[in-house]
Amino acid sequence: MQPGELIAGDRGARAQQSDDLARAWAVLAQVMDPEVPVVSVVDLGIVRDLGWHGGHLHLVVTPTYSGCPATEVIEGDIRQALEQAGFPAPALERRLTPAWSTDWISELGRKRLRAYGIAPPQGSVSKRSLLGEAPQVCCPQCGSAHTELLSQFGSTACKALYRCRECLEPFDYFKCI
Amino acid sequence: MHNEALAPYLLLLGDSALVQGQRLCEWCGRAPAIEEELALMNVGLDLVGQARNWLEYAAELLDDGRDADALAFRRDERAYRNLLLVEQPNGDFAVTMTKQFLYDAWHFAVLQGLVGSNDERIAGIAAKALKEVTYHLRRSSEWVQRLGGGTEESRQRMLAAIPALWRFTVELVAGSDNEVHLAQAGVAADPAAVGAAWLKQVGETFTSVELPLPKAASHFYLDGRKGLHTEHLGLLLAEMQFLPRAYPDATW
Repeated sequence: MQPGELIAGDRGARAQQSDDLARAWAVLAQVMDPEVPVVSVVDLGIVRDLGWHGGHLHLVVTPTYSGCPATEVIEGDIRQALEQAGFPAPALERRLTPAWSTDWISELGRKRLRAYGIAPPQGSVSKRSLLGEAPQVCCPQCGSAHTELLSQFGSTACKALYRCRECLEPFDYFKCI
Repeated sequence: MHNEALAPYLLLLGDSALVQGQRLCEWCGRAPAIEEELALMNVGLDLVGQARNWLEYAAELLDDGRDADALAFRRDERAYRNLLLVEQPNGDFAVTMTKQFLYDAWHFAVLQGLVGSNDERIAGIAAKALKEVTYHLRRSSEWVQRLGGGTEESRQRMLAAIPALWRFTVELVAGSDNEVHLAQAGVAADPAAVGAAWLKQVGETFTSVELPLPKAASHFYLDGRKGLHTEHLGLLLAEMQFLPRAYPDATW
């Protein structure tokens, strides 16, 4: 704690500098999802807005699933990374509307998911009824389209469990939502 | 909108999701296969997360110093407003999946109504939840078909599960006067539309595997919306609330 901080009552408030937002985005691109540590919060599309209010960075974060236990961890990680990068006491706002969609996962995020062994969501949510036909999911290991659904729910709520019928590897598929 | 009308409705939504989620968690370590274990827990987790969203809003409207945790862990059964269906014991896998399906079909129809609510916060929570519940309903309806049209054993168990749960479905096809008023004000899902959608979904799924659809259930002396519960809710809450009641404000 610095002298005068209690009196000021607003830790580290300062005027915005021209490169602050670009720097903050770069910091966020290094904050990884704790469950899938190759995909950043930016790749996931959960950081919806970044701005500067009242001398502090202000973020809008949209959770992926209502019950996702990683939500608090991710928010804590974001806060810590920004603090360390010189953005004291960033304000995080949790916003549900509009609801997060896998359509918001970036191309880079999809590529990284595949490289990590998780098949990325296929197609767009808006184009197909969620209750409709099963998507064509390709094996992230060998690329074969000859795969089968084992379970609608995999190791976390956001994934389904598949198996490749070519290389016989089981794998997670990130569901469209 | 009057808070005293809206809060009980949010408790109906939140408590039903919470109790159903808690029941699913009882399968942890006991499911028939690893895939089912994961699925049951994931659905339960979705529901507990949704319950938190509803209870946070209810706590703000009640504005009596309690937060969502206090509503979940420090209310007695008479203050719970969940559907009677979801507090029923899990029984065998057929009872569990029938219960899940009957609830999912109601939940899906309610959320479809709520995404158009003129209360933006309700619409936002519902839009998120609807995506999740779509997967729940798909899974539970497939299980009803697989068990109902499966082996002689699985079919017999479905034929026993449906009548055992059916009388509680009266709460799924009829809402309270409060809900009707909230629906007319554009806030809640219309109970009549929910009931019709529920019956259509249940009828189609049952018919597809020739499971008989019982005739409409009628009201009896218990009513979850009024806090009049079966004996099973008290036992469920005793387990769910033990830790925060025995060690108030414990953190880990």
